[in-house]
Amino acid sequence: MAPDALAQVLRPLAEMFPAERYADLLVGLRPSDDAAVYRLGEDRALVATVDFITPVVDDPYQFGAVAAANSLSDVYAMGGQVVLALNVCCFPECLGAETIGEILRGGAEKVAEAGGVLVGGHTVEDQEPKYGLVALGFVHPARVLTKGGARPGDVLILTKRLGVGIITTAFKADQARPEHIAAAVDSMCRLNRGASERVQAAGAHACTDVTGFALLGHACELAEKSGVRLRFDARRIPWLAGAQEYAEQWLFPAGTARNRSAYAGQVRFAAGIAEETQQLLFTPETSGGLIAAIPPDRADGLVAAFRAAGEDVWVVGEVLSAGDLPRIEVGL
Amino acid sequence: MAVNVDARGLSCPQPVILTRKALQEAAGGGEVVVLIDSMTQVYNCTRAAEKLGWQATYDEQGEVFTLTLRK
Repeated sequence: MAPDALAQVLRPLAEMFPAERYADLLVGLRPSDDAAVYRLGEDRALVATVDFITPVVDDPYQFGAVAAANSLSDVYAMGGQVVLALNVCCFPECLGAETIGEILRGGAEKVAEAGGVLVGGHTVEDQEPKYGLVALGFVHPARVLTKGGARPGDVLILTKRLGVGIITTAFKADQARPEHIAAAVDSMCRLNRGASERVQAAGAHACTDVTGFALLGHACELAEKSGVRLRFDARRIPWLAGAQEYAEQWLFPAGTARNRSAYAGQVRFAAGIAEETQQLLFTPETSGGLIAAIPPDRADGLVAAFRAAGEDVWVVGEVLSAGDLPRIEVGL
Repeated sequence: MAVNVDARGLSCPQPVILTRKALQEAAGGGEVVVLIDSMTQVYNCTRAAEKLGWQATYDEQGEVFTLTLRK
């Protein structure tokens, strides 16, 4: 669904549940975030989210793992730890028990890797398979990571390469090379757990994950909710191998145009940034990395912590003070 | 006017893939006509064609866009 249409249908729901009536609701529909957060006590809050997707790869086990990592990511984007998960399944009647078993095994193993426990689920019949999780986690109420706290001077970091959206689109059109698909699947299967812990430990002021609205869409939300502007350095943005090749062939999914039309008015590209690169930055991602605003004096330590853990992180930009639109600048 | 690719009703990136295939088959040049049904497809197919050295013009009739590619 297009971001602006989604905001429109959610507006009456936010009015039905005004935040002032729910003292323990720390994050709900307004301002919306990656997951809801509800205070259970002085030192514990519940993180709740649901997400399910259509297949992005052919292998059922991999699809289950990608879908689960994608669902759990919303807990990590809030700074939480996963506790419980429930399967959300839509399967066609013709899909064999063995295939379904593999999807569920892929998902369950991700829940286990996250340190959570799978406790149930629900299945309905549908023509196109869909799978994902309801994910519940815990977070300390004082350590919730929202989109709303970025401050001018903060450093913007990104924890996964971009490009899975165009690679999986090329794959569906039989245009992608196996090694490109394999790297994209690895990236999508990787949990944002460690990244979330390190980002939180570095005192991040704001955090979100990069999924369907693409880097620039999610960046627009973070900038809007924080009341700041963001500047990205296009040369520092990391791409998966193959992404630029498929962009050169113009194999963009329909979501690219949707995101571009929703967010382009808030983004200014420096002269010299290729149109393919602009399109890529509007291309939806699945199970993408975290983007976080880190206090500048903590950025070096954060990068060192990622290196020590053998995980990737890139400094991709900075937070600027509020001003006129555009909210986002992409420079060279 | 002969239509080479009828990509009406298809979603991204299928129109682009079919257009690229037709252009690659006509690599020597000439004229290739593509039918599509949205401005997004016009934009995407035009960019894909320009990448291969073709020039595009389009004509809109109701909900059908006729994209003419020449090299």
